[in-house]
Amino acid sequence: MTDNIKTDENVIKTNNIKFVQGNEACVEGALYAGINFFAGYPITPSTEIAELLSKRLPEKGGKFIQMEDEIASMCAIIGASLTGHKVMTATSGPGFSLKQEALGYACMAEIPCVVVDVQRGGPSTGNPTHVSQGDIYQARWGTHGDHAIIALTASNHQDVFEITVDAFNLAETYRTPVILLFDEVIGHMREKLVIPEQGKLPIVDRLRTSVKKGVDYHPYLPREDGRLPMSDFGGEHRYNVTGLFHDMWGFPSNNPKVVRELLHHLIDKIDNNAHAITRYKEHYLEGAEYVLISYGSSARSAIHLAKNRRERGEKVGVLELQSIWPFPEALVREKCANAKAVIVVEMNMGQVMKEVKACVDNPSKVFLANRIDNKLITPTNIKTLLRMIQGRGV
Amino acid sequence: MAIKDYIRQRYFPQMWCPGCGHGTILNALLRAVDELGLDKNSIVMTSGIGCSARISGYVDFHSLHTLHGRALAFATGVKLSKPELKLLVPMGDGDALAIGGNHFIHAARRNIDITAIIMNNRIYGMTGGQYSPLSGPGKKASTAPYTTIDNQFDVVNLSIAAGASFVARSTTYHVLECVDILKRAIQHKGFSVVEILSQCPTHYGRKNKEGDAVQMLEFQKKTTAKLGSKALENDPTLIPRGVFVDIDAPEYCEEYDKIMKRAMKETLQKEPLKNFGNQANQTCDMA
Ligand SMILES: Cc1ncc(C[n+]2csc(CCOP(=O)(O)OP(=O)(O)O)c2C)c(N)n1
Ligand code: SF4
Repeated sequence: MTDNIKTDENVIKTNNIKFVQGNEACVEGALYAGINFFAGYPITPSTEIAELLSKRLPEKGGKFIQMEDEIASMCAIIGASLTGHKVMTATSGPGFSLKQEALGYACMAEIPCVVVDVQRGGPSTGNPTHVSQGDIYQARWGTHGDHAIIALTASNHQDVFEITVDAFNLAETYRTPVILLFDEVIGHMREKLVIPEQGKLPIVDRLRTSVKKGVDYHPYLPREDGRLPMSDFGGEHRYNVTGLFHDMWGFPSNNPKVVRELLHHLIDKIDNNAHAITRYKEHYLEGAEYVLISYGSSARSAIHLAKNRRERGEKVGVLELQSIWPFPEALVREKCANAKAVIVVEMNMGQVMKEVKACVDNPSKVFLANRIDNKLITPTNIKTLLRMIQGRGV
Repeated sequence: MAIKDYIRQRYFPQMWCPGCGHGTILNALLRAVDELGLDKNSIVMTSGIGCSARISGYVDFHSLHTLHGRALAFATGVKLSKPELKLLVPMGDGDALAIGGNHFIHAARRNIDITAIIMNNRIYGMTGGQYSPLSGPGKKASTAPYTTIDNQFDVVNLSIAAGASFVARSTTYHVLECVDILKRAIQHKGFSVVEILSQCPTHYGRKNKEGDAVQMLEFQKKTTAKLGSKALENDPTLIPRGVFVDIDAPEYCEEYDKIMKRAMKETLQKEPLKNFGNQANQTCDMA
């Protein structure tokens, strides 16, 4: 009986076990990471994120605002990031399209922020209440011009929580927007979530300049390690922030050298750190002859199938991608090197498959197991293709 | 302080054409800030895209030069996240009321404490003289070779209808009046709108045969009159200048503060232990 006496510690522990939607896991992750400003506009299947934060943020002294549209929401979080806060917005396909111009601004002006896209069927209004993974390329190239971007994803709620914390950390580390590409199934499905004790997961806080008052501060002069310490709006350093090409003071410039170097910096700071940004999981991958590559909710079906096949002695494994952009080329090439066939499992017309084909040694052995009817791809769907590839009849 | 203490001399000479009204507005704005004795560190200027929007680069405040039409949305994020800051948002007429029209009416509706300055030259200066939502019918523009047929907004009426709690109008001819009005607008708690009729001799003036900058300024003098003046009474076709609205109304950030207090109190009552854990671990420097 004495085991059941509730100490304070026990109470907190049971408080930390929840049965939640993926959207709620994302909210918990954001709170754990220290979010204190959210601006959004309702859209299925992301709306729960806004609803939950409208309650939770003011409880801890943070701010929530429902803006007039997704453009304004994206702009507002950039403004709030500049005053020194950790910020996020959340949306789905149509709203994600509206955010693209300001997303590019955040890339150019190097503003840390997190943008959640809970994907639904598209194009256009598509299918609000059903699943798809059609925004992979929109996340990469939705905003105009050359740029680099970080996009992360997850296939279960514990991972949604952790990858959300990670998203805030990467946004601060690289002074960049980070996109969280979830999908309708992940967003709405309920699952267990254990919230780790504070301090268990690393948290990256804003890197602020040590330049003293009265000394010239260069907001856009990278340190040797490529990082740019920030100074909060309202602080001692007054500087300019712009979406135009700019010099180290943030003032507009069309000097060819300044333009070239800035664009290189924006791309290199992320692409050269692809190895550090890459997040993935292996499931039954050891010695796999057939490698399934998947992410988000479709990875759940891929993992299910691989487990089932392994039980029958077939060497099938899953490489689950948790970072999509920058595309983990080196990882994919390595993990697919000895595969007889690679099957990319996703719910679009092969957006990640194209990336896989581009980086493996033998693209002709890469196949696509997809569904595009707004239904979750099943293990049986994948098995059908696998058996055809294996020459074993369906 | 001298005006030069409010500008970033490194970036001068500025990019505006000779005779452009935008420089006059910059001047009036800096004088207003100076006369109010505001701390430069407490001011954030947010602007969009246009000739007018370039104003933010020249001032020695925190400056955020953003996207065409979106300055108020960015400003809302800055202000709500740090309400102690003063937000000045100069915008062109296209910037504020075409592409940015939705943000404009919603910022006014919220009555968030931001000063919006509409630098109205009735034309898209930066892109070469296309008509704007403030051009009005019968005007020539590079996209209206046969003259415009679109009606214009009345900025004052629009702002009042949308909920702005301070609304005023002046012109670049009436610089001292501008300084006065801007001072009142900046001090006002809530969303304040100051429309300043400005001149773009390069495009609007040339296309509409209004002459050079001096003639355009004369035109502003002739076609406007002070609210309550005899001139206006005698000739109602004149454009009225002055302060149209100046009322006390609940301000957005202050109202949100109340929400935060309520939310904190409710959680403390419901989940004292859990809340304690959160408080201990999270910095909440936003209150
Ligand atoms: C999304 C977008 N659309 C169009 C433009 C092109 N553009 C730049 S400034 C401008 C109009 C500027 O006119 P106004 O706001 O009246 O300011 P002014 O230049 O007259 O001061 C336009 C259409 C742009 N930069 N971004
Ligand atoms: S084009 Fe017109 S608005 Fe632009 S700087 Fe020249 S005069 Fe001013």
